[in-house]
Amino acid sequence: MCLAIPGQVVELFPDQPNIAVIDVVGVRRKVDLGLLQDSLPVQGDWVLIHVGFAMSKISEEDALDQMRTLRALGEAEAAMQEVQGYGLENTENLE
Amino acid sequence: MAHGAGGKASRRLIEGLFAPLLFASSAESLGDAAHLDFQGIKIAITTDSFVVKPLTFPGGSIGELAVNGTINDLAVSGARAEAMVVSYVLEAGLPTPMLEAEVRAMGSAAREAGVRIAGGDTKVVEHGKADSMYITTTGIGRPIHGLKIDPRSVRAGDKILLSGPIGDHGITILLARGELELEADLHSDTRSVLPLVEALAHEAGPGIRWMRDPTRGGVATSLNELARDCGLGIVLMEEMIPVRDAVRGACELLGLDPLHIANEGQFLAVIAPEYADTALRTLNSAPGGQDTRIIGEVREQPSGAVLVTTRYGGSRIVDMLVGDPLPRIC
Amino acid sequence: MKFVDEFREPEVIGRTAAEIRRLADPNRHYRIMEVCGGHTHAIYRFGLKDLLPANIELIHGPGCPVCVLPMGRIDDGLAIAQDPAVIFTAFGDMMRVPGTQGSPLEHKARGMDVRIVYSPADALKLAEKNPDRHVMFFAIGFETTAPSTALTLMRAKAQGLGNFSVFCNHVTIIPAIRAILDSPDMRIDAFIGPGHVSTVIGCRAYEWIAKNESKPVAVSGFEPLDILQSIVMVLRQLKAVEARIENQYKRVVPWEGNRAALRAMAEVFELRPYFEWRGLGFISQSALRLRESYATWDAERRFVIPGVRVTDPKAAQCGEVLKGVLKPHQCKLFGNQCTPEHPIGALMVSSEGSCAAYFNYEHRKTAMVTSISSVA
Repeated sequence: MCLAIPGQVVELFPDQPNIAVIDVVGVRRKVDLGLLQDSLPVQGDWVLIHVGFAMSKISEEDALDQMRTLRALGEAEAAMQEVQGYGLENTENLE
Repeated sequence: MAHGAGGKASRRLIEGLFAPLLFASSAESLGDAAHLDFQGIKIAITTDSFVVKPLTFPGGSIGELAVNGTINDLAVSGARAEAMVVSYVLEAGLPTPMLEAEVRAMGSAAREAGVRIAGGDTKVVEHGKADSMYITTTGIGRPIHGLKIDPRSVRAGDKILLSGPIGDHGITILLARGELELEADLHSDTRSVLPLVEALAHEAGPGIRWMRDPTRGGVATSLNELARDCGLGIVLMEEMIPVRDAVRGACELLGLDPLHIANEGQFLAVIAPEYADTALRTLNSAPGGQDTRIIGEVREQPSGAVLVTTRYGGSRIVDMLVGDPLPRIC
Repeated sequence: MKFVDEFREPEVIGRTAAEIRRLADPNRHYRIMEVCGGHTHAIYRFGLKDLLPANIELIHGPGCPVCVLPMGRIDDGLAIAQDPAVIFTAFGDMMRVPGTQGSPLEHKARGMDVRIVYSPADALKLAEKNPDRHVMFFAIGFETTAPSTALTLMRAKAQGLGNFSVFCNHVTIIPAIRAILDSPDMRIDAFIGPGHVSTVIGCRAYEWIAKNESKPVAVSGFEPLDILQSIVMVLRQLKAVEARIENQYKRVVPWEGNRAALRAMAEVFELRPYFEWRGLGFISQSALRLRESYATWDAERRFVIPGVRVTDPKAAQCGEVLKGVLKPHQCKLFGNQCTPEHPIGALMVSSEGSCAAYFNYEHRKTAMVTSISSVA
């Protein structure tokens, strides 16, 4: 139920709007775009593939956003500790 | 059917049925080839059967697999292949050009490897049997001087060497069957590993404890067999295991583990730590050895098992296969 | 691999694991359930338990569509394929699942035409290429997979392809989660929500878990960072005594789900009044069957099936393990009579079933081994 992999749309077919060729680091397969017919992907888009069907478009922006949030983990904490080291009493509004 | 895939079922068949009935010398653990001594004349001998569908695939065909596979079995047992005899079981109705192509491929591979095909046999079975062609080979060779392959000599601290990227052959075959509609720029890695083994033996011979070619069942099966034979644990570093992008992509798509996929042109070696750097350097500078890596080491624990660790501190046990690796969707 | 490797970055994993340790209250024992079998598999494959403090317990949920399929249904599917005109097609996951007379692979060895397909579309293609045979697709999966089966059936109907049918065993996730929460011996603090099912049903589908049951849910992706971040999210909620649905897997999961997928499902399927879940018993409105308008492509209507109910041996404690009440190794049969090689219960059959995952990945890890953090 769960194995789904990100792949990039590398080929579309003007006479078959519901089919695309996707690429996963060099492995290619035709996938069915029928589940994305309300907003078909274009060449270069990344989609999530499950049993030969594209399930969803992948948002690069959301992915970057998530990585930024994760990378910042521990930095707020580190900043807190640094500030406490300066002996400041009220650190609440730094959170 | 599961018995041929090289995993647990195969091992049980061999150990439980064949060994007690046929293999008198039970003191020896079952290796890739038998080293025999006839009043001072030492020869190594191995036999193998080759069954593959489709017969030809990117990178080779059954004929090349047969020659290289035989040479490799001898090589990892510590012997240089000198000659082989070949037996063909052919399906009635097999087109002559197809048979001719395989025979040519075998001849070519043997010539390239400097191995004599000294004789053979042919049988024809009725249409519908033999998947077009089965090939059985028996290879003989001479022990390589200075090598003593024995899992009982393996010690904690020994390093595990892998000659190159894994999964190429098995994934190529899977894709070549055409059932999964996947395409990739991949080909079988079938080759003779004898030159690399000889180079290794020359520079680091005294440090080589054990070798194996990870064919059916992949690296996971070979190393699990070693772990059981020596009673120690094998710990691998996932990031050091070489895997081509396309193999990785296919495995991610299909839910397979590259460690379980068959290889036809690679070998594993366990090297004493003081020889490990020399061994790595030697292979990296030899033709075809540039991708050799040290992928892990032998430890006391987990005894009898193989553990794969990640750079971030996670780990998992990798067991032998039960039957064939099957694609999954869950 | 893009959108994969970034979420396996060791340094960031380290930070996230540190945040988990910081958030976990040492005086509290947390029980977090990951619903989906794919998450169970990922947790073991990436060794994520090694990164969690001892007071965080991950409970494996019932989201394994192979595991919850009763043996009788496998027998039914195989009975259809006894007809030599029929080609039995299914995902690889099904091939080793034992029926009372053996698994599909074992039937193949005995001469049945059994083929693995990666996609229901491939099964349809097989029917197109073999007009003199009948191709039956044994469909399994939750809502992640059902839309693909639905679309395939729509295409078969549009083509008027008569030699194709589906034996439908699709199940739905919400009733399974409800069954877990309704179970008297249950105590779950929070859920890691099924990421790929949610691409279809959306996050809204879980709102009742937060509102009525007051449990936090983080709908999660499948990479190590996804799962770890989801744990951070639910821990933060628990600390703040909140209960909300959070979408950790935003890059893929739309809050409203996939309308086209839901439309396809509604066109082709309807809910069965009840369906038996192996280990959980009968659950109402929890599984799909083909509508009357698709009767021609419904294997259950086209073929006569035995429909025999096969009960599991009493000693198999699959139900309790499925509900997270028992750990796999606490079942009396685990590792002895029941192993991946000869599975007795459903959870040992599928590679994402808790028992199989535990057996394959965890079983022989000793305390000494789990403290290894790097190989020199």
